[in-house]
Amino acid sequence: MTDMHKIETALTGIIVADDGAPLALPENGIGSPQRRMDGPDKVTGQATYAGEDMPNGTLHAVLVTSPVAKGRIAAVDTGQARAAPGVVRVLTPADMPTLGSPSVPPTAQSKLPMSSLDIDYEGQPIAIVLAETLEQAEAGAGLVRIGIERAKPAVFDTAEVEVPPTEGNGYVLGELDPAHGDVDAGFANAAHRIEATYTTPTRHHNMMEPSATLAEWRGGDLHLNDATQWSWGLQLSLAGIFDMEPSRIHIRCPYTGGGFGAKGYVWPHQILAPIAARIVGRPVKLNLTRTGCYTGCGYQSGTQSRLRLASDAQGHLTAVEHHTENVTSVSDDYIEFANMGTRGMYAMPAYRMTTRVRRANVGTPTAMRAPHEGPGMFALESAMDELAYEIGMDPLELRLANYTDSDPHSGKPFSSNKLREAYAEGARRIGWSDRVHEPRSRRDGDKLLGLGMAGAIMTTFRNASQARVAMTPDGRFTVEVGSQEIGTGTRTIFAQVVAERLGIPSERVTVVLGSTDLPPASATLGSASTISIGSAVATATDNLKTRLDDMAGRETRPDEWPDLLARLGVDRVQAEGAFTLPGDVSFDAHGGQTDYSMHTWGAVFVEMEVDEITGIARMRRAVAAYSAGRILNPVTARSQMIGGIIFGYGRAMLEASPMDPRYGRYLSKNLSGVQLPVNADIPRNIDVCFIEEHDPHASAIGVRGIGELGEVGVAAAITNAIYNATGKRVRDLPVHFEHLIA
Amino acid sequence: MSDGIDRRSMLKGSTAALGAAGAAALGSASAQAQDVASPSGTPNVNTSITLNSTSRSFAHEARVTLLDLLREQAGLPGTKKGCNEGACGACTVLLDGERINACMTLAATCDGRSVTTVEGLAAADGTLHPVQRAFIEQDAFQCGYCTSGQVVSAVACINEGHAGSEEEIAEWMSGNICRCASYPQIIAAVQQAATEMEG
Ligand code: FES
Ligand code: FES
Repeated sequence: MTDMHKIETALTGIIVADDGAPLALPENGIGSPQRRMDGPDKVTGQATYAGEDMPNGTLHAVLVTSPVAKGRIAAVDTGQARAAPGVVRVLTPADMPTLGSPSVPPTAQSKLPMSSLDIDYEGQPIAIVLAETLEQAEAGAGLVRIGIERAKPAVFDTAEVEVPPTEGNGYVLGELDPAHGDVDAGFANAAHRIEATYTTPTRHHNMMEPSATLAEWRGGDLHLNDATQWSWGLQLSLAGIFDMEPSRIHIRCPYTGGGFGAKGYVWPHQILAPIAARIVGRPVKLNLTRTGCYTGCGYQSGTQSRLRLASDAQGHLTAVEHHTENVTSVSDDYIEFANMGTRGMYAMPAYRMTTRVRRANVGTPTAMRAPHEGPGMFALESAMDELAYEIGMDPLELRLANYTDSDPHSGKPFSSNKLREAYAEGARRIGWSDRVHEPRSRRDGDKLLGLGMAGAIMTTFRNASQARVAMTPDGRFTVEVGSQEIGTGTRTIFAQVVAERLGIPSERVTVVLGSTDLPPASATLGSASTISIGSAVATATDNLKTRLDDMAGRETRPDEWPDLLARLGVDRVQAEGAFTLPGDVSFDAHGGQTDYSMHTWGAVFVEMEVDEITGIARMRRAVAAYSAGRILNPVTARSQMIGGIIFGYGRAMLEASPMDPRYGRYLSKNLSGVQLPVNADIPRNIDVCFIEEHDPHASAIGVRGIGELGEVGVAAAITNAIYNATGKRVRDLPVHFEHLIA
Repeated sequence: MSDGIDRRSMLKGSTAALGAAGAAALGSASAQAQDVASPSGTPNVNTSITLNSTSRSFAHEARVTLLDLLREQAGLPGTKKGCNEGACGACTVLLDGERINACMTLAATCDGRSVTTVEGLAAADGTLHPVQRAFIEQDAFQCGYCTSGQVVSAVACINEGHAGSEEEIAEWMSGNICRCASYPQIIAAVQQAATEMEG
C-alpha cells in the first residue's frame, strides 16, 4: 500500500492473528491506538528537558578536553581563562576531591574523570570552566592552555586481541566462548559451507538532545536535573563515588530527548557537574556540546565477525562458528556480544563461538540501539543469505528449515515465539513469492531491483521495578513511578495498563515520572521499561482494587469508589506493586533463572533499487513483522519500530565515525561531517505489523519488549536485497555506492 | 588526586612545560582560543524583537546567537539546540515568517524584526496550530527534542508551497533531523496540515 505512512492506513492490520487476519483494535485500555498524552507538551515546546532549568545563581560549565588520545598532562595554564570576563573559577585535576570507587556499570568507566594526569583517550576532561553566562564559559574554555606530552595511541586496527576478563566485569552478559557438539565433524560432513568476515563500523548515538546535567547542592543533598535513561543508575553511581546515602541524591529528568543508549550509564559530565557545584557553592549547568557527545558519552564499537556455516543438502545447519571482536578502552572491558543472536536463532547441532576485545586509546564504548544482536545479526543474516545462494535455496525457506522452538544454547523452551507467523506475514506483505532468486533479474529502467530478507532476534532484558497507583475522590488515578520518558510513550502506556485493569477510560489516569523520589523503576535501556514497569503498574493497580474492596467490605467497581472515599472521608487511597525476578536479582537477561528462554523476534523484508550507472542504492519499501509479546499501544509501538528500521537503514547505508589511525581521533565530531538518515533518504512505505501474542511467562501483562528489536536485521535485509539486485555482496558497512557500480 | 600532585606543582609546571610539547599538542584548543581572543563580558548590544507577537528588548553581548538568547535569556527553551552549527534544524524559528536556524543567526541581526518560535504557534486561547494537531494525530515524534524545529519548519514548508507531494515534503523537511526517525509520520502530518490549511 502506498499510503502506509498515514496512520489511518497503517493501523488497519497492524496487529494480526497467526494466520495474518487483521485484528480490530480496542477503543480503550491495552492495545488501543491512543495518541501520546505528552503530545500537546511536545508540539508546543512546553516539554522541558534537563538542561533547560535555571535556578538562581546557576553557573555555566564548559569542559576543556584532551585533543590527543594518549599522553600525559604536563601543564594546565588557567591564567588567561581566569582573567576572562565572567569566569568565576577554572577547575583542574588539582582541584578534584578524593572520591570513592564507582561501580561499573552503572558508571560507564572505572577511571574517574580528572583523577589522573594520564590521557587515555581523545576528549578526556582536563579542566572545567565555570562562568556566569554560556558565552563566557565557552570563551574561557578556549583560553585554557594545556601542555601534553604526547604518545602514540593504540587503535582498533593494530591493537592486540585479548580475552576480556569476566570476573568482576559488569559488562559480561553471557559466556564468552559457548560451544557445543562436534563442530569439526559438522563441517567435515557438510554438503555446503560458507565462510566470511563481516564488519560494522564505530558509530555514535547522536540523540538529538545532547547529554546535559544541572547539579545543585541543598543542605547535604544533591539535586540533579539530568538527561538520563536510568535515574537510579545515576543515583547509585554517584552514591558510591561521593560516599553518600543514595536517598540524599535526587535525580530529576522531566523529559529525555532521546538516548539510544548514550544516556544509560554514567559519564564524566554527570560526575564533574556535582563536584564543581560543590566547590563553588552554586548550581552548575553542564550541557555537552554535540562535539562533546562524540567523546563524552559512549558510542557503538565497531565489530568484526568471522562466520562459518555448514549445512546438509536440505539446508539444515550442521555446524556454526561465530567469532567476534570489538574495541574497548584502556580502563574498562565493554563487550559487544555480536554472537549473542547467533546463540538463539537457529537449530544448531554443533557450534563454537568466541568473544574478544581489542584495547585502544578510546573512550569506553556502550550500548547503542541495537547492541549485540544489532551488529551481530548483520553478520549472521548475511551469512545465511550467502549459504542460501551456495545451496541454491530460497533464503526464507532456509530460515524455516532451521527454525527452533527451544533455545539451542540453554535448551530451555522459549517463553513465546511467533517467528514463523512473522516470516509468513512479512513475506505475504512484501510479495516474496514474486521474488526471482537469481541476482540481476529484475530492473526498472536503469535501476536494478532486489528483494532481501533477514530474521531478527533480541535478548529480553528485565529489571526489578516498583510502582504506586493512587486514587482520589474525583475519580482520577495517578501512577507514580521513577521512570523516564524518552519517547517510548511511557506516560501513555502505563495509563493504558491501569485503564485495562480497572475498566476505566485512560484519560482518568495521570502518570507521574522523572524523579528518584518516586518508586524505584527500571532503566529505559535494553527495551526493558514496559515489560518491567508495566508489570509493576499492573500489580499496583490490582493491589489498589483489593484495598478498596477491603475498605468497602465487599467486591466493588471503580465507579463506586469516589462515593466510597467520600463516605469514609478519605482523600487518597494508594497501593504499591512490584515486579520481581527469580533469584531476587535486580536484572536478568534471556529469562534469567526462570525455566524459559526469553527473546523477541522479527522478520524484515526490504526492496532495494540500485542505479546501474551510478551505484546509488535506495530503499523502495520495507516490511517488518514482529513477535514481541502483547502490544500495549500500536501507535507508539509502530513509531518505535519505524524508528528502529530507520536506525538500521542508517547502520547499513550511512553511519560511521571513522578515526584517524595516526592520532586516535574521530575525523568528524559533529552532525555536518557524519551522515545520518534524513527524511528524503527514507521511503514512506514502511509497513510494520505485530503478530498477536500474549507471553505468559515474561511479564505480568503479556509483553516482552520492542525498542531495540526494530533495528535488528535491517542492515542484512538491505545488503541481501542489494545482492539480489546486483550480485554484489557487501560485507563491510556502511554500503559505499562506488562498490556497487557494475 | 591519585597522581599525587597538588595545585601548586600543577601551576608551577605550567610555565615551563608549555614549550614545544605543549604547543604541539594544543591542537584545536589553541585554534579555538584565537577566535575568542578578546571576549567582552558586558552586554553591549540592545536588540528589540517582536517575539511571538510581543515586543521584547534584550541587552546582550554581541556574540550571542538568537538560539542562546531565546533559551538562556528570553525564557523560551522550546527552541532546541541539537548541534549549534546549522546541521540539525532543532533550532528552527521563523524570522519575518521565513524559517532559519537560530543557532546560525546572531541575535543582534534580528533587531526590529519579528521572530516566531514553537511557543508562539498556538492561538492565544491555546488552540493548537493545524500542524501541531497533525503531528499529534499522526504520531510524528517520539522524544520530542527535534519536534519544535520540525513543527516550525513544517509551517514554513506549507507556507512556501513545498507540500505538494510526499517527495517534495520529504525533500523540504530534510533540514530537520529526527533521530527517533519519525520521518514517514512527519510527511503524513505535513500532508494532513497542508490539506487543512489550504482547504
Ligand atoms: S541547533 Fe541549529 S541547526 Fe542544529
Ligand atoms: S522526536 Fe526524538 S529526535 Fe525527533
